[in-house]
Amino acid sequence: MLRAARALLSFVAFVAVIAAIWELAKLLGGDPVGGWTPPFAWRIANDLNMPHLWDIAASFAAPAQRNGPPLGVLLVTAAGFTFREAFGGFVFGAALGLGLAIVFVHSPLLERALVPYVVASQTIPIIAIAPMVVIWLQAGWLSVAVISAYLTFFPVTIAGIRGLRSPDPRAIELMRSYAASPRELLLKVRLPAAAPYLFAALKVAATASVVGAIIGELPSGIRDGLGGAILNFNQYYISGPEKLWAAIVVAALLGIAFFALVRAAEVAVLRGRLGGSAA
Amino acid sequence: MTARLRDAIPPVAVFLAVLGLWELTVRAFGISQFLLPRPTAIAIALSEHADELATVGRNTLVEAVGGFAIGGSAALVVAFATARWVAASRVLLPFAIAANSVPIIAFAPIMNNWFGILNPLSKMMVVAVLVFFPIMINTLRGLTLVDPASLELMRSYATSELDVFRAVRVPNALPYIFTAVKVSATLSLIGAIVAEYFGGAQSVLGQFIITEAALFRFANAWAAIVVASAISIAFFLIILGVERVALPWHASARAGREA
Amino acid sequence: MSAVVALRGVHKVFGFGADRTVALEGIDLEIEKGAFVSLIGPSGCGKSTLLRLIGDLTPVTSGTVRVNGKSAVQARTDHEYGIVFQSPVLFDWRTVQRNVELPIELSGVAPAARATRAREMLALVELAGFEERYPWQLSGGMQQRVAIARALSFAPAILLMDEPFGALDEMSRERLNLELLRIWQRTGTTIVFVTHSIPEAVFLSTQVAVMSARPGRIVDLIDIDLARPRDELTREHPSYFEHVTRVRESLRRGEGQRPLVALAP
Repeated sequence: MLRAARALLSFVAFVAVIAAIWELAKLLGGDPVGGWTPPFAWRIANDLNMPHLWDIAASFAAPAQRNGPPLGVLLVTAAGFTFREAFGGFVFGAALGLGLAIVFVHSPLLERALVPYVVASQTIPIIAIAPMVVIWLQAGWLSVAVISAYLTFFPVTIAGIRGLRSPDPRAIELMRSYAASPRELLLKVRLPAAAPYLFAALKVAATASVVGAIIGELPSGIRDGLGGAILNFNQYYISGPEKLWAAIVVAALLGIAFFALVRAAEVAVLRGRLGGSAA
Repeated sequence: MTARLRDAIPPVAVFLAVLGLWELTVRAFGISQFLLPRPTAIAIALSEHADELATVGRNTLVEAVGGFAIGGSAALVVAFATARWVAASRVLLPFAIAANSVPIIAFAPIMNNWFGILNPLSKMMVVAVLVFFPIMINTLRGLTLVDPASLELMRSYATSELDVFRAVRVPNALPYIFTAVKVSATLSLIGAIVAEYFGGAQSVLGQFIITEAALFRFANAWAAIVVASAISIAFFLIILGVERVALPWHASARAGREA
Repeated sequence: MSAVVALRGVHKVFGFGADRTVALEGIDLEIEKGAFVSLIGPSGCGKSTLLRLIGDLTPVTSGTVRVNGKSAVQARTDHEYGIVFQSPVLFDWRTVQRNVELPIELSGVAPAARATRAREMLALVELAGFEERYPWQLSGGMQQRVAIARALSFAPAILLMDEPFGALDEMSRERLNLELLRIWQRTGTTIVFVTHSIPEAVFLSTQVAVMSARPGRIVDLIDIDLARPRDELTREHPSYFEHVTRVRESLRRGEGQRPLVALAP
């Protein structure tokens, strides 16, 4: 409890520092405000490129389009939409990753044959595959979840292989002395031993799934999610830069929230073990 | 036949088998090349557009490497600076981990606006931010997660903090740094291509792929994907080579274990 | 008399061609029911390998191993023995009690019966009250006691122990020696015990099997006829030192060295 409170506090403190630096930069080199003329003129710090933080905050309450709902509501709905896709991708990717890891640990031949391709798969730019996935599976939740899964399965596979192989060889001997079956060895020893490794990878996968979902929405022409919102507000940037920043803030919060969710699950599952889990 | 050569057989066999199966399936079922071009069609596209692919590939590589260099060096500087003060690193680490969970790609439009949509620097900055956090986090971990016994030993020699840094912390951190650098190498090319999606100069890989896909010339799009993948792998292998030279004791120990 | 463990003409060879190593050569050994037999020898003599052959954790190259009247393979399948290693090998995701339950859980025993049996065993090793702790919360000596409780949880006929106290300090070791003897008296289990320590072997055993350097052969089987029950006073008895010297001289002979002391025939 105390650790979580401290982490939250240091996070808030850091955000406050960033906010202070932001406004300080604008104070020194941004556009004139009130009676104050800044001593420098930095293009990056002007109101178009770096809107005032209070303008960004205010934009949440204002409607994004004429007669539309407030931007805040729009963005939260979009975030929920994107989260559903990301979560789907997360689950697919985690299942695929763990499945592959189990297969590889039991078959060194398959491991040697296929791991290079698992690694190489991550060198293929997903933004390039995305349009093709959309054509194969039709634009929609499934295609975005598949694109999202593409980014999430890799860390889980690698961590799964390491984790499933991590038990002390003497623990394996012990199970042999009990005449345990390979299935019992997997369920009672390898999987529990792999749990810390898997959770470390799942935290990475959580972020990756959100990134994958946002990227997946782009070629699909899906407008309901955060990807669509970012594209939209990017197009109309000149007329309202705060809206794009607001969308980015919401995307950032979604990534962090999903990460925190997985971290909470990690703390619960790994309770009691020495060290619990690394940060 | 040496062991190394024998180990290479399964992946190569899989590669040839998949290629063969792919080619046969597309021919046999007459799958429209709309969905899945034949490997031979992709190979033809590669040779026909070799010049153009080389140009766009190089432009994108410049963005990736540039961003990698900017982000990587910034990350190293910040990590080294904060490793000295344990309190600072303890505050910074959770924030960096949280920042790493932000979809960096959402910043691509912002970078376009800040640095100019046609300027490769806008894509480089996206890549820089993308690689900054993993490299910084891992470097910080490597510099601080040192065996306490080693530190006690150094204390008994009454050396300065700088010497401790040089003799113990930095060598300890090198494997961590290389791990992060290898991951970032792959990430940087993908980041560059995704950043290109949000608009920019025309002569880049990302735009090439999108244009060809929009014109339904999938063999060309796949050819460009092959080029992107090859560049990534080459980048990765170069770093692997540097690691072998810089850390012979570590890399060979790992290779021996994996054999 | 019933031999619970019988090895005849056992050879164990590792590797092929240039890497061929003969670990054990011509091992003949019979262990009676209820005995406490220590295997002692120089590093690399194959004593741990011999233990693993009895437990069918590695196969013999030639020769036979009979455990409780069955082949080693069958004995393992029928759970005829429990094994304790030098490190406790407890699962850090399970509580102490759940660790002790592991073997009987795998045998399909129902949860209530398992829990009772586990608590019984923990009481036997004097760790009652620690059921809900996690392994990392216990000292090395306590962890080993949990490992012993686990090995006994399905009441095997034989207990195989591979330098179980080797990683502990001298005082914990002596304490656990006494505990082990007490458990041995209570359960009547036959124990095969691998150790590096001559005093420990003499203190605990009914017989000490002395092994030569690689390739490992049994050069001597010494009866330890010290009075029972053995306790701290036993360690100070003159005949204890005589036995220790006997074993030491036997070891030296096994390593090919000249005797230091002339012993009474």
